[in-house]
Amino acid sequence: MATSDVMIETRELSKVYGAQRAVDRISFEIRRGEVVGFLGPNGAGKSTTMKILTCFISPSEGTAKVGGFDVFDDPLSVRSVLGYLPQRASLYPEMGVVEYLEFAADLRAIARDQRRAKIREVVEICGLKDVLGKTINELSYGYRQRVGLAQALIHDPPILILDEPTADLDPNESAEVISYIKEIGKTRTIMLSTHDLAEVKEACARVLIVNRGKIVADGAPDELAAKSGSVKYVLAIDAGKDESVRKSGPVIEAVKRVAAGAVVRELPGDDRATTLEVSVKGSGDQRREFFRMAVENKWDLLELRREAVQLEEVFRQLTVGEGAPRRNAGSKASDTSAATKESSSDV
Amino acid sequence: MSDTETTTATKAASVLARGSIGTPLNNTLAIARREFVSYFSSPLGYIVIGMFLLLVGFLFFIPFAFLTLGKATLQPMFNSISWLLPLICPAIAMRTFAEESRTGTLEMLITQPVRDWEVILGKFFGALGLLAVCIVGTFSYPVIISRMGELDWGPVAGGYLGLLLGGAAYISFGVMVSSFTKDQITAFFVSFIVGAVFFLMNKALIFFGGAASVIEYLCPDYHFASIARGVIDARNIIYFCSVIFICLLATARSLESRRWS
Repeated sequence: MATSDVMIETRELSKVYGAQRAVDRISFEIRRGEVVGFLGPNGAGKSTTMKILTCFISPSEGTAKVGGFDVFDDPLSVRSVLGYLPQRASLYPEMGVVEYLEFAADLRAIARDQRRAKIREVVEICGLKDVLGKTINELSYGYRQRVGLAQALIHDPPILILDEPTADLDPNESAEVISYIKEIGKTRTIMLSTHDLAEVKEACARVLIVNRGKIVADGAPDELAAKSGSVKYVLAIDAGKDESVRKSGPVIEAVKRVAAGAVVRELPGDDRATTLEVSVKGSGDQRREFFRMAVENKWDLLELRREAVQLEEVFRQLTVGEGAPRRNAGSKASDTSAATKESSSDV
Repeated sequence: MSDTETTTATKAASVLARGSIGTPLNNTLAIARREFVSYFSSPLGYIVIGMFLLLVGFLFFIPFAFLTLGKATLQPMFNSISWLLPLICPAIAMRTFAEESRTGTLEMLITQPVRDWEVILGKFFGALGLLAVCIVGTFSYPVIISRMGELDWGPVAGGYLGLLLGGAAYISFGVMVSSFTKDQITAFFVSFIVGAVFFLMNKALIFFGGAASVIEYLCPDYHFASIARGVIDARNIIYFCSVIFICLLATARSLESRRWS
């Protein structure tokens, strides 16, 4: 019984572009009713996988099934059971919103007598009431995305594939789109790609993290965070009159002596304090040691906080390093070279 | 685990019922309608129609018609329109696929439950619709001419049939070229230049010597002229239909190759 619940299934799925393996032998299953976040840095193979599942491109190797239909043998049936919102959904700019939804309804073979009702329904779900009289090129990006979502929902599909539905939206717009997705996800299977981790925590019960074409983690967001088995400390130390501390080198060295093998990152702070983020393997508590360290060195400890590792950290650990392009690592913090070396060798 | 996997495989087909899929006719019509209507949401449709009618009306029809006074014939008009087809048809067909693949709407369209050839036929007929509007715009001319003298309606019907077939052939070629590129301007120039070369071929037969009859057969204008005389020969019809078929088939291959690239 449970076995027939597999809505999306891939086995050893690969897509090769020239010499590059965009998707590298990916296998996973998504069951009925799951809302799965498909997570990974840009270029990890998220979109490619989704394009294969929606039969826009063909896999180089492996198989994929959606709703039990093979993407290769029966693409029409696959597309008939899913709604798809491509990345940066492009809609015909010259069409009116209603006109566009009517066109979508036409292609979904929705009977004429049901069409009005269906359109009314998706307009309701996606909050499009205010823009019905407009053409698509008059809409803000957020509204366009909602029209794209409405288009994907018009035939009431059991499965939805949404490729970065909130990319390029402002925080309010993406919060709205996510709330619509949560609502929709109550009755449907959804696969949602994003690189916004807050969204994943908000909307998805399960996360698949992909990096360089491979799945590197699979599980509930909390579970993944717990599994990584490390804790993070944030500590801010006041330089006081000690000039040397402002350069933060001595502090980092001292911290490393206290917590061996820790990944230390310097966070941007004010001039007077050195703010560090220290990730330590294991689940111990070293706050006392950090405090004593400050006392011994006669430094003023302004802040000391211990937190369990967040999904962001898991994501960073899994997708940075091993020669992967270090896109995000340096952007948030002004890493010292030592810290950079550390974090890349640590993973 | 392997047990469950086999069960998955055998039961797979019953996981979900197939969603509704439109009939080929409905899908093609829906796409054609959208394509046709979209010409009028931008200046393109109006420019094409306006330019076509203006050129037919002033540059060619009036001088030619009055030079052949006393003979009620539309031959000069059809000849002039046949010169316009290699220019007008690429303009109509250039954006069919190029624009959609540039903006990404093609992905939206192709991931709907439609077959590739429905998309291709839809776009082809949508573009042909615009040409048909242009051609219908010239219907006043036979009416005027028929008032001026006894008009032989056979060649008129043939002329219009030839325009439609010839236009369809140029459009199918333009649709094919449009599916090869993401830039509609490139699509326009390539299909215009190649179309013009084919069009002009039978005007330079003298240079081809022994191959002249082959070259002549390849030239759309040769077949058009033959139909426009009112002689509807299967050879001419077959020529146009095969050009259309081959071009649309190549378009299908081009869409298919996108999947594998």
